[in-house]
Amino acid sequence: MRLTQGQFSYLPDLTDEDIRVQAQYAIDKGWAVSVEFTDDPHPRNTYWEMWGHPMFDNPDAAAVVYEVNECRKLHGGKYIRVIAFDASPGWESIRMSFIVNRPKTEPGFRVVRQEGEGRVVRYTIESYAVREPEGQRYA
Amino acid sequence: MTEDAQTRPATVDLAAAYEESGVREVLEELDREMIGLAPVKQRIRETAALLLVDKARRELGLASETPTLHMSFTGNPGTGKTTVALKMAELLRKLGYVRKGHLVTVTRDDLVGQYIGHTAPKTKEVLKKAMGGVLFIDEAYYLYRPENERDYGQEAIEILLQVMENNRDDLVVILAGYADRMDRFFESNPGFRSRIAHHIEFPDYSDPELLRIADIMLGQQNYTFDPAARAAMEEYIALRRGQPHFANARSIRNALDRARLRQANRLFSKAKGPLTAADLSTLTEADLRTSRVFRGGLDVDRARRAEAAE
Repeated sequence: MRLTQGQFSYLPDLTDEDIRVQAQYAIDKGWAVSVEFTDDPHPRNTYWEMWGHPMFDNPDAAAVVYEVNECRKLHGGKYIRVIAFDASPGWESIRMSFIVNRPKTEPGFRVVRQEGEGRVVRYTIESYAVREPEGQRYA
Repeated sequence: MTEDAQTRPATVDLAAAYEESGVREVLEELDREMIGLAPVKQRIRETAALLLVDKARRELGLASETPTLHMSFTGNPGTGKTTVALKMAELLRKLGYVRKGHLVTVTRDDLVGQYIGHTAPKTKEVLKKAMGGVLFIDEAYYLYRPENERDYGQEAIEILLQVMENNRDDLVVILAGYADRMDRFFESNPGFRSRIAHHIEFPDYSDPELLRIADIMLGQQNYTFDPAARAAMEEYIALRRGQPHFANARSIRNALDRARLRQANRLFSKAKGPLTAADLSTLTEADLRTSRVFRGGLDVDRARRAEAAE
């Protein structure tokens, strides 16, 4: 199952040139671009690991592509995303976020039903991947 | 491939490309703003022509590789290396070889860390900042310190070389420094020599050129020499050249700054009654003649020379 989070996730995987152009757009808008990775693809997992510091003062997006490729060398089997943070007053939030790297096989999610009091059933989802300990997911 | 061939133009108009790219303005600016430096200007014009032709060749599909653009600027201090690097960055941007055309100036301190593991992130940070533009490494030979084999400079050099090779499309590196020390640096780091295509030498300015530079510097700040002061300046340049730590145009700028200081002091202590704009913007002979250069330089240097003569 293909993970669809953030922007462009229904499109074919972005090439390095695509990443560069998108990141350049963010930089030109004055947003700080950073690279993050994770092996826990749950949609509510907002805390991905940071790959280095956010890039506040790089005028060219080639630096972002460089960092993405450095991250791929070490975490090529995990999800990697590029996010753009807007620090301007009133926003102070993420403006862009898109996945630039994904594992070879994505096992997807299962529905977990919890029986509560009475006949109440609570539903949640869980990635098949997170059944393995951290670091051993996605082989 | 066939589609590519169809979209390719059959001919290229170099003159039009030259006009369109705005290279002419940069070259004219260079001619206008920089005094002397004839061999440098010549080399830059040649480089611009090469890059323009190369671009045209790529449009016709005759070449596909990005040419190596890394350069080394060698010359004495104050000969305009940084200023020319700025112009070069603009030139490269207009020709489409770098995307942003900004200049990041660094020295050893910005690249090399103090502790183990400190250097690589520092160097990479600088390289990322320079991507899309030009990285100007002043006094590059300080990176290599053969006397200390545990020096972290070597680590910075390795990262630099790797990025210079792999990210040739993303940034251009200019190494700058004194000619003889740069030569020794290249000898001990053959990796650099082979990755640098353009070696440009900056000659020292002649005395009349320095005088013209002084005129221009003053003009930019709305000051002028009176005729006696200009003669004093001429004499000053000849004397200053013979003294230690002569740094071409930089020495001239410092001399003028000090002359302005003395002029301000003179006006403040002596002037009575209202001053005209001309009074405020004229440097007189006295402002220059008080310089220690006319008395044989700094006291320390004079003492040292007397010692040597004994």
